[in-house]
Amino acid sequence: MYNAKYIWPGIILFVVVFTSPFWMNMGLGKYERPAVALPLTEKYCVESREFMAAEHMQLLDYWRDVALREEKREYVATDGTSWTISLQNTCMSCHANKVEFCDKCHNANGVDPYCWDCHVEPRGNN
Amino acid sequence: MKRSRRQFLKVASLSFLGLAGARFLPGVAGAATPNAVGDKAFSSQPAIYRSAGKAKKAVHWGMVIDTRAFAKEPVKFQQVIDACHKYHNVPSIDGKKEVKWIWTDGYRQAFTDQMDNYPAEAVIERQYLLLCNHCVNPACVRVCPTQATFRRSDGIVVMDYHRCIGCRFCMAGCPFGARSFNFEDPRPYIDNVNQSFPTRMRGVVEKCTFCSELLAEGKMPLCVEASGGAITFGDLGDPESSVRKVLAENFTIRRKPTLGTEPSVYYIL
Repeated sequence: MYNAKYIWPGIILFVVVFTSPFWMNMGLGKYERPAVALPLTEKYCVESREFMAAEHMQLLDYWRDVALREEKREYVATDGTSWTISLQNTCMSCHANKVEFCDKCHNANGVDPYCWDCHVEPRGNN
Repeated sequence: MKRSRRQFLKVASLSFLGLAGARFLPGVAGAATPNAVGDKAFSSQPAIYRSAGKAKKAVHWGMVIDTRAFAKEPVKFQQVIDACHKYHNVPSIDGKKEVKWIWTDGYRQAFTDQMDNYPAEAVIERQYLLLCNHCVNPACVRVCPTQATFRRSDGIVVMDYHRCIGCRFCMAGCPFGARSFNFEDPRPYIDNVNQSFPTRMRGVVEKCTFCSELLAEGKMPLCVEASGGAITFGDLGDPESSVRKVLAENFTIRRKPTLGTEPSVYYIL
């Protein structure tokens, strides 16, 4: 092999750097679901807890299109309750603690949604 | 083992047909049909979307501004502008980065199509309340590359800020200067943020929405409420509506009619 003295260290360096996330996370313990602060007043969200945890992003994404573009601002949930489609006025009125609810899980999972670039955080923070 | 081209084509076309046909069989991966939630497939969710019963509806929303009433009580201008800008979190920035939804200007600036050399003094001296005209043929909608701005079925030209990429084609297209660009984060320029309405972010264009979010709640636009009767708002498609009555009783003009955008805002001089 030509230039083996350069190529082998290069390959080794590449493998180490490429797999470094695995090394660096070794021994840090298992990922634990962050304990988010649930609303004190309400027991049930618009849909079941499992559905909301898994699919709130799709639901919110669809809500914004339906409300803004199709002028349908009322959502009748699977249990028959009707809700006004509004992140700020409906969702955040119960989930008033953005830091302990939204951010906690988003930060733990490394997602950075830009909802609050425009939508106003509820005053009841902290 | 040697295959002829003929054999290969037979096998290939049969497997292609099999793959294509599998989509229509139940229980095969990829054959799942979207469920009831619009055209979007959720895992298990037969929810319904509808417009609220209390929402105000119209064939074509329109507005008539009585400039005589505003000339009589010029304080109304600021009341109307404040009512709109405070509710909608419109930042107050001076200079070229100004953001405005509703504003005032002179006769020569507002009605450039009026060819009269010697219009009545009262008409020239007046200030005119200007806002998005919610045109029937909106130039801004035609040029928007992402359909972030679009005309609703009831004639309101609205913005979907989620889709706006900030190209400002709409601002170049709009002949009325009704659109403003957020050159920087608007939040520091908003004194008291209204908690029930979003702000905008850096890099999007904003404008008047005919208070579509309030119409959905069955309320009238804020400028109409704050004007104390100087602004009439209603359905241009209904001959019995308040706007059509005001239009039938008064001589009205629109801004820049020669451009063919067909504004929905009329002015009584």
